[in-house]
Amino acid sequence: MSFENGSPSTAWRRFRDSYFLYRLQRDRRAQICLLLFGLLMIGLLLTPWIAPSNPYDLAQINLLDSELPPFWIAGSEPGHPLGTDAQGRDLLSTMLYGARVSLAIGFGAVLVQSLLGTVLGLLAGYRGGVVDALLMRLADIQLSFSTLMMAIVVGAVVKAAFGGAFYGDYGVAILITIIGLSEWPQYARTVRASVLAEKRKEYVEAARVLGFSSYRIMWRHILPNTLSPILVLSTVQIANAIMAEAALSFLGLGMPETKPSLGSLIKSGFDYLQSGSWWITLLPGLFLVLLVLVVNLLGDWLRDTMNPRLYKG
Amino acid sequence: MIFFLMRRLLQAVAVMFVISVIGFAIQDGLGDPVRQLLGPTATDAESTALRHSLGLDRPLWMQYLDFAGDAVKLNFGDSYFFHEPALDVIARYLPATLELVAASAMITLLLSVPVGIFCAIRPRSWLSRGLMGLSLIGISVPVFLSAMVLIQLFSIGIQVTLFPTGTGWGQWLNQLLSIQGGMPAYGRGNPVHVWGVWYTNFASWQGLLYLLLPALSLAFVMLPLFVRLIHAEMLEVLESDYVKYARARGLRPSRIYFLHALKNTLLPVVTLGGVQIGTLVAYTLLTETVFQWPGAGLMFLDAIERADMPLIVAYLMVVGLIFVVTNTLVDLLYRGLNPRVTLSGRAA
Amino acid sequence: MALLEVEHLDVRFPLRHGEIRAVRDVSFALDRGERLGIVGESGAGKSVLAFSLLRLLSRPGRIARGRVRFEGHELTRLSDRQLRRIRGNRVAMIFQDPLTTLNPVLTIGQQMIESLKAHRRISSRRARSVALQKLRQVQVSSPEQRLAQYPHQLSGGLCQRIVIAIALLLDPDIIIADEPTTALDVTIQAEIIALLKHLCEKHNVGLIVISHDLGVIGRLTQRLLVMYAGRIVEQGPTRAIINDAQHPYTQGLINALPQMALPRQPLAQIPGNMPSLSQVPAGCAFHPRCRYRLTPQGQPRRDCSERVPEAVVSGESQVACHWVRELIATLPIEEETI
Repeated sequence: MSFENGSPSTAWRRFRDSYFLYRLQRDRRAQICLLLFGLLMIGLLLTPWIAPSNPYDLAQINLLDSELPPFWIAGSEPGHPLGTDAQGRDLLSTMLYGARVSLAIGFGAVLVQSLLGTVLGLLAGYRGGVVDALLMRLADIQLSFSTLMMAIVVGAVVKAAFGGAFYGDYGVAILITIIGLSEWPQYARTVRASVLAEKRKEYVEAARVLGFSSYRIMWRHILPNTLSPILVLSTVQIANAIMAEAALSFLGLGMPETKPSLGSLIKSGFDYLQSGSWWITLLPGLFLVLLVLVVNLLGDWLRDTMNPRLYKG
Repeated sequence: MIFFLMRRLLQAVAVMFVISVIGFAIQDGLGDPVRQLLGPTATDAESTALRHSLGLDRPLWMQYLDFAGDAVKLNFGDSYFFHEPALDVIARYLPATLELVAASAMITLLLSVPVGIFCAIRPRSWLSRGLMGLSLIGISVPVFLSAMVLIQLFSIGIQVTLFPTGTGWGQWLNQLLSIQGGMPAYGRGNPVHVWGVWYTNFASWQGLLYLLLPALSLAFVMLPLFVRLIHAEMLEVLESDYVKYARARGLRPSRIYFLHALKNTLLPVVTLGGVQIGTLVAYTLLTETVFQWPGAGLMFLDAIERADMPLIVAYLMVVGLIFVVTNTLVDLLYRGLNPRVTLSGRAA
Repeated sequence: MALLEVEHLDVRFPLRHGEIRAVRDVSFALDRGERLGIVGESGAGKSVLAFSLLRLLSRPGRIARGRVRFEGHELTRLSDRQLRRIRGNRVAMIFQDPLTTLNPVLTIGQQMIESLKAHRRISSRRARSVALQKLRQVQVSSPEQRLAQYPHQLSGGLCQRIVIAIALLLDPDIIIADEPTTALDVTIQAEIIALLKHLCEKHNVGLIVISHDLGVIGRLTQRLLVMYAGRIVEQGPTRAIINDAQHPYTQGLINALPQMALPRQPLAQIPGNMPSLSQVPAGCAFHPRCRYRLTPQGQPRRDCSERVPEAVVSGESQVACHWVRELIATLPIEEETI
């Protein structure tokens, strides 16, 4: 899948003739998912320009406009198509900005966990022995404790240690670290399994006989072969990370209301469910489900298409 | 058998050791009990004296041994907030959580098995396609959201005003689509007191009513996972030789599906169940928050707000113990179901 | 009237990319106590034929046409409930691999007793004693112990004996055995064949054996069907077919047997491969591989590639070949030319 050697035209031709594209053309559901995902990404990239207002700009907020309903309910205002929240912020805008935060944390956390997990997995698989046993037992314990539980515990400790105010300033970084640290075992296991499968193959043996260093063998020979399982896993993990972030924020261990993610939007809106303003909490919730569902469906499709285990066999 | 139990015990000790180190680190590194006890106005001399009397000036490993020794004696110190032993506080709150988990596990089991089997037997029917689609969406729904939707639907209710209220049919349709609500969605109500410390929601209609929405919302998160797994496994098993052979022997379909196929399907389901226990505990935190269900999860979150370290540590240790015990039980169940695995731990 | 009569049976698998016709216009009959073999290469449709008799086809297979009559009951028309009373009870089956046939998570005893209870009102104790009796009949050692064991604890040969015992449990009229010895060691194969033959003779049970192995079929059966690409190309007495095959395909099969090869001569193989069932050639399905597709003058015979041959009597067999009579007349000449 490298495009480095070859003009753009051959790279394009290779993509055009690929199995990947062939499958995409035959799968209506995957097309819809990809389209939706693309639209969501574009929407979130362009949010500062397309959002009706900037929820971070206090000058644009009018407390008198609080708890306006969305457009299909009597009493709505055209300036706020999805209504407003309890502080008078435009709900559509807060949702878009919130989804940006959620997605940023999702991508960031997956970056952290994939780096950590891949390195540790490579190490465990390639070195074997005590390193392997130790790392894998640690992964087992962490997984049996459940990664979400792990994230909650770490989040709780961080909050108890540094207090809530700390989250206001470094929320995104903290959450990326927490979720990244708690989910690495998934990657480590996947990478380790592929390494063990690759290690037995002849080309690795040949590279070793030729006298390449083990790091070179790992990075140049084994790692490229673990890319497709990592890609498939990453898609699912982005969805998981977004969910984990939402859960943490909902428990008050995540993004503060002043710089809300979708999770903290849902949390802050929850108090107004009883007063009848269901949209403040349920609309961001729906948006979250949509985001996660699209990513999950894409992950499903990627797994079916790339079938990492089958091609690795 | 003995070998298996020994190995399990060793693993349990290792896990508990890791958790206790974490717990110790939290207790030692975070809350400063001296400042907690004396307040910010204390002099240096006062705090040094207290530090000494509490044993906080000794090396870390000695402090850890003290901590571990107390933990083995089930002594985690007094809760800062409740002013009573942390374990007693947990014992008071845990039954509510256990009842919630038990109820949702029952719902999950009772629904996922028939749904998974039905969808595998009739893969082309519209109902099973719909159910599988729902389960796909269900995986992407966080537990607190399903809880809130349940509250909106059955506790608050929906007033539909989509159709013109002036006309008779409009009003009729509006009323038809509206939901009254009224289900309790806050706390446990008045659970019935049985056997000393246990207050149960299972012993009265009213208690069950309070339990219903929280248990349902928890079950709705676990359901899709189990339905999808049972469905996938069942599809595979139904293609197997032994199912075909069972049909060739003229057995009743119910026996084929619910004994021959299901027993083989259950093996991976049990494994998933074991893995999900941890996630389930995490989900109880979320569910209890939404419904203000006075269980151990809510207590834990309150303890975090109050930086009530002994309680936090005790909760972690108890949860760790629950993991270890349930994982062992799941392992035993798996071995009971699968004759191919002998109890010495090796596949025959 | 024969015990089992199959007439013009057609089995199809409608798939997204067209339909596969696995069994085409197959007719045969089986008398009480008769042992019939069905032989052919893998993919010839023999297993599909066997499974279709009791309507045990996997999705999306279905019987498109034809009749299967058992003691006058039209099996293709019976309700599921009525059919269930025949399956395992009057017509029993033996599958290919005994280790995957028996359910791995149920004991031998459970599986034997449930078979009995599915068809008889019988106490568990009585069922157990019947099971033990049948296990002894198939010469299983320490049968009491076997009842408490799981399939994975037993060897393949032992499992197949148990499967045979299960087939005999309800004293059926017919046993259908699909490749009963293929998954077993060669030494055990002979024992199982002898056992099956002995039991069928003793209890006067009809037997249908599906195999790709003419050796197995030759020892076990009295009559033989040869299948090719979903059709019967030859049927007749087993001995007659093996000694004097009429259809060019059957001749090829028999010449390919190691026993038939002359010392230090390579085995005679039929050139080419059997077509997949989704793309069977028009006319006689065998004609692209047939050494008689050309006239002695080198002209292609048009009938072979255009018309499906009808079965004609030739020697003691019925043979589906356009030229079989003519060929037999000219055979000595061809033999000389070779």
